[in-house]
Amino acid sequence: MNHVLYMAWRYVRFHWGKTVLLVFAISLVLFLPAGLYVVVEQGARTLTARADSTALLIGAQGSAVDLTLSALYFRPPNLSPCEFREVRRVDQTGLAVGIPLHLRYTVRNQRIVGTTLDYADFRRLTVGQGRWFGLLGECVLGAEAARVLGADVGDAVLSSAGSAFDVAGAFPLKMPVVGVLKPAGTVDDEAVFVDLKTTWIISGLAHGHDNVNAAREGDPGVLQRDEGNVVANATVLSYTEITPENLQSFHFHGDPDGFPVDAVLAVPTDRKSGILLRGRYEEEGTAVQMLVPSLVVNEVLETMFSVRNYVILGSVGVGGATLMTAALVFVLSIRLRRREIETIRKTGGASRRLTGMLAAEILLVVFAGMVIAGVLTAGVSRFGNLLVRFIGT
Amino acid sequence: MIQVENATFAYKVGGFRLDIGQLEISAGEKVAVIGPSGLGKTTLLHLLSGILVPATGRIVVDGVEVSGLSREDRQDYRALRLGMVFQEFELLEYLDVIDNVLLPYRISPVLTLNAPARERAKSLVQEVGLGDKQRRYPGHLSQGERQRVAVCRALVTRPAVILGDEPTGNLDPENRDHVMDTLWRYCDETQAPLIVVTHDHDLLARFDRTLDVRELSR
Repeated sequence: MNHVLYMAWRYVRFHWGKTVLLVFAISLVLFLPAGLYVVVEQGARTLTARADSTALLIGAQGSAVDLTLSALYFRPPNLSPCEFREVRRVDQTGLAVGIPLHLRYTVRNQRIVGTTLDYADFRRLTVGQGRWFGLLGECVLGAEAARVLGADVGDAVLSSAGSAFDVAGAFPLKMPVVGVLKPAGTVDDEAVFVDLKTTWIISGLAHGHDNVNAAREGDPGVLQRDEGNVVANATVLSYTEITPENLQSFHFHGDPDGFPVDAVLAVPTDRKSGILLRGRYEEEGTAVQMLVPSLVVNEVLETMFSVRNYVILGSVGVGGATLMTAALVFVLSIRLRRREIETIRKTGGASRRLTGMLAAEILLVVFAGMVIAGVLTAGVSRFGNLLVRFIGT
Repeated sequence: MIQVENATFAYKVGGFRLDIGQLEISAGEKVAVIGPSGLGKTTLLHLLSGILVPATGRIVVDGVEVSGLSREDRQDYRALRLGMVFQEFELLEYLDVIDNVLLPYRISPVLTLNAPARERAKSLVQEVGLGDKQRRYPGHLSQGERQRVAVCRALVTRPAVILGDEPTGNLDPENRDHVMDTLWRYCDETQAPLIVVTHDHDLLARFDRTLDVRELSR
């Protein structure tokens, strides 16, 4: 090994505590702005990509950001739901396909996305194992959801109860897993996909139970019977799992057009149709809002970029101060080593080697700091999406 | 071997001035430099080693006119021809015993660190009784052991001249004798002159000559 490097290495190794501290400080100073920049850029790219691929979005009046985040990134919906008739309305225009999204429930922390098979086509989701849902109650897991839930095709997952104290509320529904999706690198990986009607069953708008049509008044479970109407009491148990045997007993109460959906993705047949559809919604003035997700996301990103710039500016300031402190440490260290430097001179040390040794010590520390900062930044770059999602949960 | 003719040196600050009229030290001669503090004993060593340059006069060591060398050449001269031992040992705390002994090879481009040099370093360390402590750091050695390491560092390059600036000043009698014996042996074997600044009057009898710094100007 080169003598200069060898001497520098022995010095930094002997003073490892000081070295570790300096390396840590320098790597942090370099990594913070770089890492933040990479994370924000990746987050922005992810947000933009999903928003750009979603032409139009329909939902209840209220915060456009909430609606967009909920429909695109499956954040818990904060707005009131709109009605399913909005889906039909989009379809009837012939200008776009309406894809409903129901997002109120979860399987543990994985969001249940009640939708139609059009969603799979629209997002180009492909099944890795098994198949897409075909029957009520079946579910398909995103790749990450399958991993987190530890479930595979043939297993079953249980929807979380809406509220343990709401007896009229959502009851857990046991759902067989019929498919697991290939990883898409998006939030779809973390979702549990079911047919829209399945989410309505979870919410209690549709249900299945023992057949009480044949029962007569006075039979157990029947409170009252008149002209084809049967009023059952609480002893008639609702099914908490949909099987081929009880599938036929599931039925809806009320008009499905009035049933809730949290958002409707409107996928226009072409660009012109999209513009026409927007025009119609604006002309007609409806109770729902139609928005262009990319515009909403861009507004969010503008705020995000401003914050990022301030943070980076702050980091650079702190970094400059830290580097100056590090420089001071080096200078003081050289002063404290005056006797050592004198000894080297007296014993025939060449000035150039002496300067080289001191410079090499600084370079080793700075280089180590840069390498660590580089590795951390590369890690953030590689796993930035996961990080963004983790921070978001 | 060493010749000084009409050399003068004055520090810019403090007004101290050292005048050396004629000084000759022959090969293998062992000279003790004595005198009160602050009268130029260390300055004399620094002039002989080329750390300081006289304002006038000539200093010739081992055939080299030190006073006429450039700064870089004086560095090379020290590395190649001088072995120096200091009162405070001046070992590098971050190097172990062997690396401290080999220090001249790592800091000077005119010395080549090769297998014989490593072997010599090891044998010197063995010779001074530190064979089992080659990988110890100075912080884990006693005062006497540290000075023995410093002596090995001074001798490893087979210098033509040995200079000592109170090398036994911090040592107990046993270690003092050990260090002086080692230096003596080397100088006897190689005929290198030994010039030692000392306040230890018990040592003076061992030297061939005693040089009082107050009499240098004569």
